[in-house]
Amino acid sequence: MTTLSVRNLRTHFFTKEGVAKAVDGVDFDVAPGEILGLVGESGSGKTVTGFSILGLIDPPGRIVEGSSIRFNGEELTAARPERLRAIRGSEIAMIFQDPMMTLNPVLRVDTQMIETVQAHLKVSEADARDRARKALVQVGIPSPDERLRAYPHQFSGGMRQRVAIAIALLHKPKLIVADEPTTALDVTIQGQILFEVQRLCRESGTAMIWVTHDLAVVAGLADRIAVMYAGRIVETGRTADVIERPMHPYTKGLIGSVPSQNTRGHKLAQIPGMTPSLLRLPRGCAFKARCPIAIDQCNEMPALEEHRPGHWARCWRATG
Amino acid sequence: MIVYIIRRLMQAALVMVVMSVLVFAGIYLIGDPVLMMISPDASELEREAVRKALHLDLPMWQQYLLFVNDALHGNFGKSFLAGQPAMGLIFERFPATLELAFASLVLSLAIGLPLGVYAGLRPHTAGSKTIMTGSILGFSLPNFWVGLMLIMVFAVLLPDLVPGWPRLPASGRGATVDVLGVKLSFLTGDGLLHLLLPAVTLSLYKGALIVRLARATAREVLPMDYVKFARAKGLSERRIVGVHVLKNIMIPIATVSGLEFGQTVAFAVVTETIFSWPGVGKLLIDSILLLDRPVVVAYLVIIVFFFVALNLVVDLLYSVLDPRVRLESRAT
Repeated sequence: MTTLSVRNLRTHFFTKEGVAKAVDGVDFDVAPGEILGLVGESGSGKTVTGFSILGLIDPPGRIVEGSSIRFNGEELTAARPERLRAIRGSEIAMIFQDPMMTLNPVLRVDTQMIETVQAHLKVSEADARDRARKALVQVGIPSPDERLRAYPHQFSGGMRQRVAIAIALLHKPKLIVADEPTTALDVTIQGQILFEVQRLCRESGTAMIWVTHDLAVVAGLADRIAVMYAGRIVETGRTADVIERPMHPYTKGLIGSVPSQNTRGHKLAQIPGMTPSLLRLPRGCAFKARCPIAIDQCNEMPALEEHRPGHWARCWRATG
Repeated sequence: MIVYIIRRLMQAALVMVVMSVLVFAGIYLIGDPVLMMISPDASELEREAVRKALHLDLPMWQQYLLFVNDALHGNFGKSFLAGQPAMGLIFERFPATLELAFASLVLSLAIGLPLGVYAGLRPHTAGSKTIMTGSILGFSLPNFWVGLMLIMVFAVLLPDLVPGWPRLPASGRGATVDVLGVKLSFLTGDGLLHLLLPAVTLSLYKGALIVRLARATAREVLPMDYVKFARAKGLSERRIVGVHVLKNIMIPIATVSGLEFGQTVAFAVVTETIFSWPGVGKLLIDSILLLDRPVVVAYLVIIVFFFVALNLVVDLLYSVLDPRVRLESRAT
C-alpha cells in the first residue's frame, strides 16, 4: 500500500500572458518510510508539485481536471477545503526552504507550536505545550522550555529549521513534503539536519518527498529519485541506478556538473542554455534545445518508459 | 527601559524650552496685546498701568525669564483677557477635545481596519475596488466641507424631508457626566448623539488612511512564507488572518494612529468650530487672535508634552507588537 500516489498531476497558472504549465502530467508513488528525491532546477515544477499535494496552490494557479493525488486511498483533488485543512499539518506536513521566513516574526515559538497542535486536536493548552516541548527535544533543541518562550529572531537559521521540522513532526504525519529545507543552511548544519530527518523518518515510518536542486544531497538521502524538467518527470528510478547509470541527457548533465574526486583538475561540465519559459514550451521534448544528442524525432514528445527494471526515462535516445 | 524613558523625557524638556522661546518671541513680535484688551479711547496713562501690571513694559528677555521662573513653580500665568489661570482654562476644555479625538480614532479603526484587510485579502473583487475608490474620497475631501455637508444632510435636510427621521444634533456637547471632576459626553445618550457628527467628520480622513495602509500591509504580508507555512500547518483561515496577518499589520497602524491622534487633538480647530464643540482648539484660535500669550504658551507646552507622551506610548506599543524592536538600543 503506497502512502501517496500521484497520477497525471497537472498544475497550470492561468496568467494574462498565457497558461504556464508548471506541472504537466507527473506520476509517482511514495511508500511508507520511503524518501523520494524530487530533483530539478528552478522552474522545473518541483516546488509546485509539492504545494499541489498540500492543496496550497494560490490563484491564478490551479490543479487541472483529470489530475489525481491519492493519499492513503483518499482522492485529495476532490476533497473539500475543510478536509484539506484537516489533513494539512496533521497527516501531511511541509518543511519550507528558508527557515528565516517560515516562522512568524511577531509570534513566540510556543504560540506557533501550540496553535498547530490545537488546530487538529482538542487538547488543553498545557497538553499542547507539553507536546511542543517533546517535539523540540526530538529534533535536538536544548533547554526546550526556555526556547518555547523565545521569538524566532532569537534563534539561528539552523535552530529555526529545527523548530520548523519539530512543527512538522507534531502530529506524526504520514507524509512530509520538504522543499529544499537545507539549501539556506551552512554545510555542517545541513549534514546534521539531513541525518536527523532520515532517522526520524525511519523511526516513525513517515514517507517523505525531498524537493531539491542539489543532486549531492539526495544521493545520500533518498531511496528513489525523480528528475523533473519543465513540468515533467524525465527520469526516475532507484537512487543508485539514477546516479550511477543515468539515461536521460539532462540527468547526465546534472551529474556531470557536480564536482567530485574524478573532476579534479578538469573543467566542470555544464548544461548550455536556460530552462525554457513555461509559457512558450517548444513542441516535443522540452530539453531538445539544450540536448547534445537531440535528433529529429525529439520534435515528438517521448513517453516515460521503463528501459531497465524500475528505471524509467523520457527520452528517444535512452538505452537499456 | 527606565533609562530609555528618562532620556525621552529629557528630550521633551529640551523641545519645550525651544518651543517656548519661539512662541514667546513670535507673539512678542506680532503686536501689543494691550491694544487688543483696552478700549481704543483709553488714555496713555491707563495703557501704561495695564502694561506695568502685566509686566509688558519689561524687555522681552526679562519677560521670558519671569515666565520661566513662574512656570517652574507650576504657574503659567493668567489669561490677559479672562483673568483666570491659563492652565485651568485649557484643562477645562481639554477633555472635550480628547474625547472627540478618541472617538474619531476608534471610529476610524473600527471601520478602516476591517475594510482595509478585506481589500487586501480580495484585491480584485468589486467590493474592494469600491473601498479603495471611496478611500480616495475620504482623504481628499476637505474637513470643513464634509462637516458642513453632514450637518446639511443629517441635521437639516433628512429630518425636514423624511417624516420621523431623527434630527442629529450639530452643535455643542449635549448632556455630560462628571467623572472625577471631568465632564464626559460619551456616557450619556444625548452626549453620544452630539459626538456622532463631529467624530465622523474627523474620522473620515483617518479611516481612509488606515484603509489604504491596512490594505498595502496585508498585500505585503500575505505572500510571506510564514503565511503559507501557517496554511501548511492546517490553521483555519480565521486564525491565519486574525492572528498571523493582523499582528503584522498592526505595527504600521499603531504608528499612524498615534500620529493621527496627536494631530487631531492639537489641530481639530476647524471641526470644533463648525460643530461649536467647546474644545481646546477653538480656545487656541481665539487666544492667538487676541494675542493672549499665557494661554497660547501654556497650550503649546501641554501639546508638546502630550505629543512626547503619545510617541512614548506608541514606542512602547511597538515593543509589544514587534518583539524585534528593542527600546534600549534606539537613541531616537
